[in-house]
Amino acid sequence: MSFDAAYEALTDHDDDARWAYGTGFADPLAGVDTAVPAGVDRGDLAAYCLMLGDDALIMSHRLQQWVTRAPELEDELAIANIALDLLGQARLLLTRAAEVEDAGLDEDALAYLRDAADFRNVRLVEREDADFAHLVARLLVFATWRLALLDALTASADPVLAAIGAKGVKEVTYHRDYAAQWVVRLGDGTELSHERMRAAADAVLPLTDELFRTHRTESRLARAGVAVDPATLRAEFDGVWAQVMQAANLHPAARTQGDDGPGGRDGVHTAALADILAELQGLARSVPGGAW
Amino acid sequence: MTAAAVAARVADPELPMLTLADLGILRAVDEAGDRVVVTITPTYSGCPAMRTIEDDLTGALREAGYARVEVRTVLSPAWTTDWITPAGRDKLAAAGISPPGPAPRRASGPVPLTLGPSRRSIACPQCGHAETEEIAAFSATACRALRRCPACREPFEHVKEI
Repeated sequence: MSFDAAYEALTDHDDDARWAYGTGFADPLAGVDTAVPAGVDRGDLAAYCLMLGDDALIMSHRLQQWVTRAPELEDELAIANIALDLLGQARLLLTRAAEVEDAGLDEDALAYLRDAADFRNVRLVEREDADFAHLVARLLVFATWRLALLDALTASADPVLAAIGAKGVKEVTYHRDYAAQWVVRLGDGTELSHERMRAAADAVLPLTDELFRTHRTESRLARAGVAVDPATLRAEFDGVWAQVMQAANLHPAARTQGDDGPGGRDGVHTAALADILAELQGLARSVPGGAW
Repeated sequence: MTAAAVAARVADPELPMLTLADLGILRAVDEAGDRVVVTITPTYSGCPAMRTIEDDLTGALREAGYARVEVRTVLSPAWTTDWITPAGRDKLAAAGISPPGPAPRRASGPVPLTLGPSRRSIACPQCGHAETEEIAAFSATACRALRRCPACREPFEHVKEI
């Protein structure tokens, strides 16, 4: 196929199965060995895959909302690519969740047909970004935490989670670098950019506590060698955060203890998640099974 | 032609100057009678071309007389740019895309943070100038970065190391 024909081939209307929604590409784990390790509770494993999958899905959606609004074309592409990587991770994890739970659902049903209370993402990913500084501050927090998590997940007793972790580490390394470099550029930039970056860093910090709180599902699966106990990721996160803050000439307020009641992992979300789901699920719910 | 040879010649939809074998995403081709099982691995988790690649493989093998084709995906070991063959690297360079250097290796400890531009020298694929600068770490696809040559002033894409 010549390069000129590549676009034509992609828009071959005789085969719309290749497009992502309502398509034949329904199983990104096709052919992957999907047995569940002995002694692992299927309900727990499915719940854990939902947690990590929902984190990626909702974060990806928030990033997608920036596409056509980024300050420069290069950042447009970066944000779109980061969102695509996370969407890919979400598809693998939701497919794994559906398969392990074995309740006849698939990744599309999990993404498009669940209500907010059934989502298990941390609340960090729900907020709308007030400006580009808020975007990079949150992305730095998210990518730093997720990179440490995926890296530890490569040792999981579940071969699918270990494989998803190993692929994800390579991707999220670039996401974290992108966010960190922007935080430094803005923090160590003009008086105005410094001030706005400082405000964004201050605003995101209260959302970080939840990331390191161990849910009882995580605790049980960590004992079985399947999940990562997020409390163990704190030291690496704090080290990277401090390194970036110093390079950015930012001195955010000391972290305060967040509330430790039920959070996103229990299905307790902020109102912002409902807005995201209205947009994310609106078409799928109004045209069930629709394809084009 | 063997099924392995047919599969190896299928072009990648996003880097069509490369075959799937050049790119290193074709992991195995097992043939039993008229049945063929092809195993591929995605470059990135979100690679949107997987379905197209599956269709292209199935089509090429059917045309070559293999009636029953199954395409499987493996996630592990994760794809690395080190699997791009020497022939593939030459084809990338000939198309004006700078091929990747060795993928980063980490003995132990956390993944290192990169706060500045990478210091490694990447030569311009157009004029050969030894030093170029990064414009953006992400480009038309996740696997490519955008760079610029200060000598010929042309921008170019670099397949980034993973």
